[in-house]
Amino acid sequence: MPAKAKSAPKKADASLRLYRSLRRIRRVEEEIARLYPSDKIKSPVHLSIGQEGIAVGVCDALEKRDAVSGTYRGHATYLAKGGSLNAMMAELYGKDTGCARGKGGSMHLIDMSAKVLGTSAVVGTTVPVAVGYALAQKRLKTGAVVACFLGDGATEEGCFAESLNFAALHKLPVVFVCENNGFAIHEPLSKRWATDRLCARVATYGIPAKRFADSDTVAIRRHVEKVLPKMRKGGGPIFIECLTWRWREHVGPGEDYDAGFRSKAMLAKWQKKDPVAKAAKALSAKQRVAVDAEIEAEIAAAIAFAEASPFPASEELGTDVYA
Amino acid sequence: MSTPKLSWPGRIEDGRRVLKYVDALSEAVALEMARDKNVFLFGLDVDDHKAIQGSTRGLLNRFGPERVFTTPLSEDAMTGVAIGAAMAGMRPIHVHIRMDFLMLCMNQLVNIAAKARYMYGGQIKVPLVVRTIIGKSWGQGAQHSQGLHSMFMHVPGLKVCAPSNAHDAKGALIAAIRDDNPVVFVEHRLLYSTEAFVTEAPYVVAPGRARVCRFGRDVTIVGVSNMVVEALRAADLLKEAGVAAEVIDPIWLAPLDSDTIVESVRRTRKLVIVDNGWSMCGAGAEIAARVAESCAGEGPLQIQRLGFAPTPCPPSPPLEAAFYPNPATIAAAAYKLARPDAPAWVPDAAKAELAYQLQFKGPF
Repeated sequence: MPAKAKSAPKKADASLRLYRSLRRIRRVEEEIARLYPSDKIKSPVHLSIGQEGIAVGVCDALEKRDAVSGTYRGHATYLAKGGSLNAMMAELYGKDTGCARGKGGSMHLIDMSAKVLGTSAVVGTTVPVAVGYALAQKRLKTGAVVACFLGDGATEEGCFAESLNFAALHKLPVVFVCENNGFAIHEPLSKRWATDRLCARVATYGIPAKRFADSDTVAIRRHVEKVLPKMRKGGGPIFIECLTWRWREHVGPGEDYDAGFRSKAMLAKWQKKDPVAKAAKALSAKQRVAVDAEIEAEIAAAIAFAEASPFPASEELGTDVYA
Repeated sequence: MSTPKLSWPGRIEDGRRVLKYVDALSEAVALEMARDKNVFLFGLDVDDHKAIQGSTRGLLNRFGPERVFTTPLSEDAMTGVAIGAAMAGMRPIHVHIRMDFLMLCMNQLVNIAAKARYMYGGQIKVPLVVRTIIGKSWGQGAQHSQGLHSMFMHVPGLKVCAPSNAHDAKGALIAAIRDDNPVVFVEHRLLYSTEAFVTEAPYVVAPGRARVCRFGRDVTIVGVSNMVVEALRAADLLKEAGVAAEVIDPIWLAPLDSDTIVESVRRTRKLVIVDNGWSMCGAGAEIAARVAESCAGEGPLQIQRLGFAPTPCPPSPPLEAAFYPNPATIAAAAYKLARPDAPAWVPDAAKAELAYQLQFKGPF
């Protein structure tokens, strides 16, 4: 049952929508970082701050029926695709109202009602799962596609190569999105890759591959939107490599520039490309103020929801081990 | 509309159909694929002329290449693909011609398939069957012969099944396909040619129910996979020595029906567990522990585990013969428990020949 094609949005609407999504994700994660020292959040967090433009650009081009598969650094993907903010915040608090009922945590976010597939703490593991979900979309003829987010580290896993080959062989509807922030935990690409020609590697599978050196939200959105009609008709997967920068530390709320493995000058360089600030420029001050106020109210309500929600009853330990 | 014929002819004995284990497997899959369009079968070589030693024969012709297809040699990712398709509402059957290859699937099976239902708060389920075959004999060697079922028994969220005869193979495979959880379905190559009465209609051999294959008052013998066949041969040998052995087939190892085993041991107070795997942390260790926990303080209790020798499996015939338990070693161990005061007894060598060797001839 093919869904109705989305009517082309007016440019002004799109600018507002992109800003809202970007700003919302940024502010959610800043609030998480603010709350983190209070020990109310009971889950290690891998913040996407600085990288939000990729998730927002890709997800804005998707339809409701399309799925996303994210990584353990997945708050942005989850929120950009429409995952429930209340359920995410409650999950971070370990509450029964969390998206995984307190059994997943920040690294295992899921919201199937918004077609956000569950994320994994084992790098690369979700890539073939996303491909299998796409195989089912093709077999079931839903016309839906899957956007499969992965980090630069995941491209080193064997299952990444296996997944590309299978997706290309069966012409599966997958948008592979590599968020290349240059580091696997603390190890730079120079210590992990023989060459940085990732797109060339991927292209040998017969998958069109494109690099976005600045990860401009609008450019990514435009590219994905352009390829989707063909992909829905069996055109096969595409790959995009989006260079980006993780502003904060690998895990936790702080920064890691004092550790000496990456420079603050690079942060400054990337902050000039800040996707949130860039999107803000497309709006009037009045528009921004209104959107920001809405976002703050929504986040405050989500935190209040998480704090007021009950923990799971101890009997819940044994439920859902089996379906 | 006439339904395409899905059952295999087998042969008729006493007016009932006798079917080989290998044909029972493909019949089970054919029936379920006809019943539910979301069931599909894939894995390296499932669609070739050898059809996984015959166990997928006929399926490609009946159901076509979208539902019966081969894969690249990518066991890790293909397991993930199966999981993803299952999360999307399909019911994949992923086939591996050797259990040894499941080591390439461990990350997906243990980290995603087993945990997805739980760590995603019940939002999804993973109805997946992993069909896998233990090899044995004629020089299969160290990497084509392993019985690794206990590794999967260890992990909550997985189910494990190891049927020992054609009847249970069909019913348990149907149950596995209909189950909403990932099931590791362990077959044994040397059981493929064995026959049993198998009715044509679909039926289930449900998880968590063991079968008492033979009743006896002197000693309980639990066999795993093809060791059930060897245990039954051992029981025949013991009968000649005046010992009545009760033989139990757990069929499903997870969930494990220890109640049936405990009930038997409460009567016999003597238990031999014959695993088709290593004893260390094996299925036998789990069964022994559960029986000991249940029967402690009720009187004397004797337990003996038999399994693979604690070595890799060698291909040379005399070494391979020493690697596996066999009817003679099983019977001797059971006799020792049943008749502790009698002199040690070893059955007649000619009569103790391995059950499957009566049927199986190499080469593979």
